[in-house]
Amino acid sequence: MTVRVTRATARRVLEQLRRDRRSLALIVIVPPALLALLRFILDAERPAFQRVAVPLVGMFPLIIMFLITSITMLRERTSGTLERLMSLPLAKLDLIAGYAVAFAFVAAVQTCVTSAVAFGLLGVTVHGSAALVVALAVTNALLGVALGLFLSAFATSEFQAVQFMPAVLLPQILLSGLFVPHDRMPHALRIVADALPLPYAFDALARVATGDEGTRLHLDVAVVLGTILVAVALGATTLRRRTP
Amino acid sequence: MSETGPAIVVSGLRVIRGDRLVLRDVDCTIEAGLVTGLLGPSGCGKTTLMRAVVGVQRVAGGAIHIFAVPAGTPELRRRVGYMTQAPSVYGDLTVVENLRYFARVMDRRDRVRDVIELVGLGEYEHSLVRDLSGGERSRASLAVALLGEPDLLVLDEPTVGLDPLLRRELWATFHRLADAGTTLLVSTHVMDEAERCDRLLLMREGNMLAEGTPAELRARTAAPTLEAAFVALTEPR
Ligand SMILES: Nc1ncnc2c1ncn2[C@@H]1O[C@H](COP(=O)(O)OP(=O)(O)OP(=O)(O)O)[C@@H](O)[C@H]1O
Ligand SMILES: [Mg+2]
Repeated sequence: MTVRVTRATARRVLEQLRRDRRSLALIVIVPPALLALLRFILDAERPAFQRVAVPLVGMFPLIIMFLITSITMLRERTSGTLERLMSLPLAKLDLIAGYAVAFAFVAAVQTCVTSAVAFGLLGVTVHGSAALVVALAVTNALLGVALGLFLSAFATSEFQAVQFMPAVLLPQILLSGLFVPHDRMPHALRIVADALPLPYAFDALARVATGDEGTRLHLDVAVVLGTILVAVALGATTLRRRTP
Repeated sequence: MSETGPAIVVSGLRVIRGDRLVLRDVDCTIEAGLVTGLLGPSGCGKTTLMRAVVGVQRVAGGAIHIFAVPAGTPELRRRVGYMTQAPSVYGDLTVVENLRYFARVMDRRDRVRDVIELVGLGEYEHSLVRDLSGGERSRASLAVALLGEPDLLVLDEPTVGLDPLLRRELWATFHRLADAGTTLLVSTHVMDEAERCDRLLLMREGNMLAEGTPAELRARTAAPTLEAAFVALTEPR
């Protein structure tokens, strides 16, 4: 790996994103807007809103970076630029790291805006550290990048790539306890949730929100980081120098 | 640079794509420092052969050596430049941004200005690639292949969509590069371009049919023109 290539790739990805003003605006505006909508929907159920608000702040980057990564990787594959890059002196990890750096940066901006709205305007309270919420959100964004990179290899069109969000991410978010807390779900579903990565990401955020920063939080973070490493390794194997 | 021996040696190359045997036992040799043209009917396997030479094609059998090293070896990635048939540049970046990115990857930022001049895109360097005409876009893609001053340039139909004047200029560039020691492998469907090659490889249905200079191929078929020779050699009997 070389820092030069990673930095060049991150810069190129950000340059591409900068051209797409509308997407940038959506990335920054949609999460706080959704959160505000939820705040008013749950106006009579403030505790329910409090319970999911912080986890949502930290899960938006995961979903959005997953989508953006799948689609940009798919474009990279179908436009022939990936084939070109694979014929150049570029390590696969440079490409992945370049994407990760660029999208982590975007996720950090997004989370700061969402957090400012959530904590400043919508009255969401965090008993733990608000900085930790941002850090977890950026980690989740990296998880989204890693999963998107890996899963994009199984999509042959942008249409398919987009479908992976409701197919792969949405069930995990529902199992995380978005509507019903984890411990009130049927036992079988809790076992399923324990075997999937996103509930750990969700749980970590919920714990920071309630100020419960004990060992269970460490486990949550360890699972998320472990999943990132595994997904990056799997994603790297899908970047083939030689293709059929 | 002076190479001793051929630039590319292909022996017994077999490639299966999907469930089709696309290259069947291809043998050929490409001399260093020459412009070699790759001809053959559409679908005969030119792009596949070039991909194999560059080391991005999965192969089912046989061997390819580039400068006596197996194709696809990491050290060759600095020595081989490849222009894909469909332009492979980022449509949402400008010409200069594309070139700067690939130049940074190759650590050859000094070359950006030169290659823009070489392909004559100076006027459009700040245009988004997706807003360029087909010919301009393919020149942007060619510029990327030229960035690393490779010893071997593999160009898949580099002049498609270009007017005769531009084509002549680019072919002059190719010969200048060859005179300076670069080996070029160029696929084309245009006979007057084939005429400008030092040597030709003629393929049909995944087989290598003939190798030789344009004059040799004309003489072999007793055809008056290269086009007639091409038709005589590739027409299914
Ligand atoms: N990804 C693929 N999967 C399956 N078959 C493929 C694939 N790509 C190409 N082929 C088949 O392989 C054969 C050779 O294709 P190739 O692209 O090498 O032809 P070509 O000589 O470059 O043609 P053209 O002059 O039209 O560019 C064709 O019959 C094509 O249909
Ligand atoms: Mg072709």
